[in-house]
Amino acid sequence: MEFLFASALGVVTACGVYLLLRGRTFSVVLGLSLLSYAVNLFIFSMGRVTAGAPPVVAEGVAAYTDPLPQALVLTAIVIGFGMTAFFLGLAVRAHGESGSDHVDGSEPAGPPEDPR
Amino acid sequence: MNHLAVLPVAIPALAGALLLICGGSRPLLERVLGIATTVLGAAAAAALAADSLSGAYRVYALGDWMAPFGIVLVADRLSALLVLLTSVIALAALAYAANGWDRRGRHFHALFQFQLMGINGAFLTGDLFNLFVFFEVLLIASYCLLLHGLGQQRLKAAVHYVAVNLTGSGVFLIAVSLLYGVTGTLNMAHLAERIAQTPEADIALVRAACLMLLGVFAVKAALFPLYFWLPATYASASPPVAALFAIMTKVGVYSILRVSTLMFGGDSGAAASLTSPWLLPLALLTLALGVIGALGAKRLGELVAHLTVASVGTLLATLAAGGSAGLAGALYYLVHSTLIIAALFLLSDLIARQRGSAADSLVAAGPPRQPVLLGIAFLLAAATVAGAPPSAGFLGKVMILQGIADHPAAAWIWGTVLASSLAALVACSRAGSVLLWKFTAEPAREITAVRGSEWLPLCSLMAASLLLVGFAGPLHRHAEATAAQLLAPSQYVQAVVGNSTERAPQPLGRELPR
Repeated sequence: MEFLFASALGVVTACGVYLLLRGRTFSVVLGLSLLSYAVNLFIFSMGRVTAGAPPVVAEGVAAYTDPLPQALVLTAIVIGFGMTAFFLGLAVRAHGESGSDHVDGSEPAGPPEDPR
Repeated sequence: MNHLAVLPVAIPALAGALLLICGGSRPLLERVLGIATTVLGAAAAAALAADSLSGAYRVYALGDWMAPFGIVLVADRLSALLVLLTSVIALAALAYAANGWDRRGRHFHALFQFQLMGINGAFLTGDLFNLFVFFEVLLIASYCLLLHGLGQQRLKAAVHYVAVNLTGSGVFLIAVSLLYGVTGTLNMAHLAERIAQTPEADIALVRAACLMLLGVFAVKAALFPLYFWLPATYASASPPVAALFAIMTKVGVYSILRVSTLMFGGDSGAAASLTSPWLLPLALLTLALGVIGALGAKRLGELVAHLTVASVGTLLATLAAGGSAGLAGALYYLVHSTLIIAALFLLSDLIARQRGSAADSLVAAGPPRQPVLLGIAFLLAAATVAGAPPSAGFLGKVMILQGIADHPAAAWIWGTVLASSLAALVACSRAGSVLLWKFTAEPAREITAVRGSEWLPLCSLMAASLLLVGFAGPLHRHAEATAAQLLAPSQYVQAVVGNSTERAPQPLGRELPR
């Protein structure tokens, strides 16, 4: 379970970093989103991976899951969501003003890029 | 007063919300409300700073939850000093913006208050996750303030700035949760205690988290190789916003200082002093590259932005060298450099406005209308920022150089700091002579003279810099006391979470408030 979780996180992070390093704002937004998903899952896993255990005190229960990372994740999700929305708006505006969706605000010189 | 420590955060938060609700369509009300609440916040900051003179830690438990469980705000000498400095800069920037910059976009005043809330909160919080939250508050406000007034250049800079900082936030969260996973706490004082007791098997994770935190704070502080976002961002922001941003790199410096003295300080076992071998060479490189950038700048705004980078380099080199005397010098230098860089950003706008379409580009243009007054102001500011005697910059650098004289790498630090001061002087002289002496015969045009209400914030910042010289003795003693307090992290831990022997193991679940 832990191995599966950890390797999945690694794959998501790698995809996020790859997209983050692309030249188009849309890829960067996707990369940042993937990265923030990976980070949120990582925070969650830092409360240890347990299944079927309650986070709050209940009668007759001995094993609990750590409630704090869940609260932290909630905060991180809200912040990450807001930031992504802001960045999308900014990217759209930058595209509208400069006519290019390149992160530098203008098409790079040299041979035209592969449209993908 | 019991609630003093929370006021620098609560006042801007309430003011920002109020401004959003009732500002909007009434610009005059917005302006008055914005300035009034900033004055109120400055009064609270001054009271807090006066209170911190005694050296006591003012610990404020939010919601009255006990320290390791709830979030605490901790005001010690350093936090109080920086909150006061923020208020001074904010007042000057806001007074300057009230001359018209604040009407170039919507909600300037509300965003300004949220930015203040974020900065003050980051200085005061005693909880690592809460520090992340306040970072995000100050960042989202700074994104919007950076875009204030729009323009293509600003949009491009903003895309880079936001992308860099969002990535930084991700890394920050990884580091914080890693520390939580190993130690089971987020309270910084409690973390300090727990990190010192980390078992051998987990120490690698703590070290990894420590270096990641350093990386994130280095992005905020603009340390080489993570400073490339700064010059374009600061140079393209509107001048009052850039003046306020002068304090933002200091948030990064403060975080490095707080974390490295408290959590990864001398007595925290295997994680101790992990950052210093990295920090010193990087800081010296930052300093060198900052002044090289200043020498090569094509606009006055860029020049000032590169000087910001250089000041961060000086500060972090001193922090990395360590020692109480050097730290005291660095704290004095921190206050000085923030004030003078904010003043320079405001001045660069005044100069730019009298040069028509050339603005602040370092090329010859038509003669400005008030060359003498602007020239004197620029001379004073440039001499101060470069560290010519008897300015505050000179005193700060003397304190730093004396403080680190015993360090093994002292020759490197002395050499770099002195050479970079010379280079900064050359850069400023070049800019000043082009801007104020070298004119083209441009046809006469309408230039408005600088108004008194625009001189006021600039002159206040310069006067504050002069006060730093006049009261250098008492201020240096205060800086020494602050440094001594920082280098005694056990007192901080004691004040926040008390004696570990007094705290019995707590059962899982909710703790009743004391």
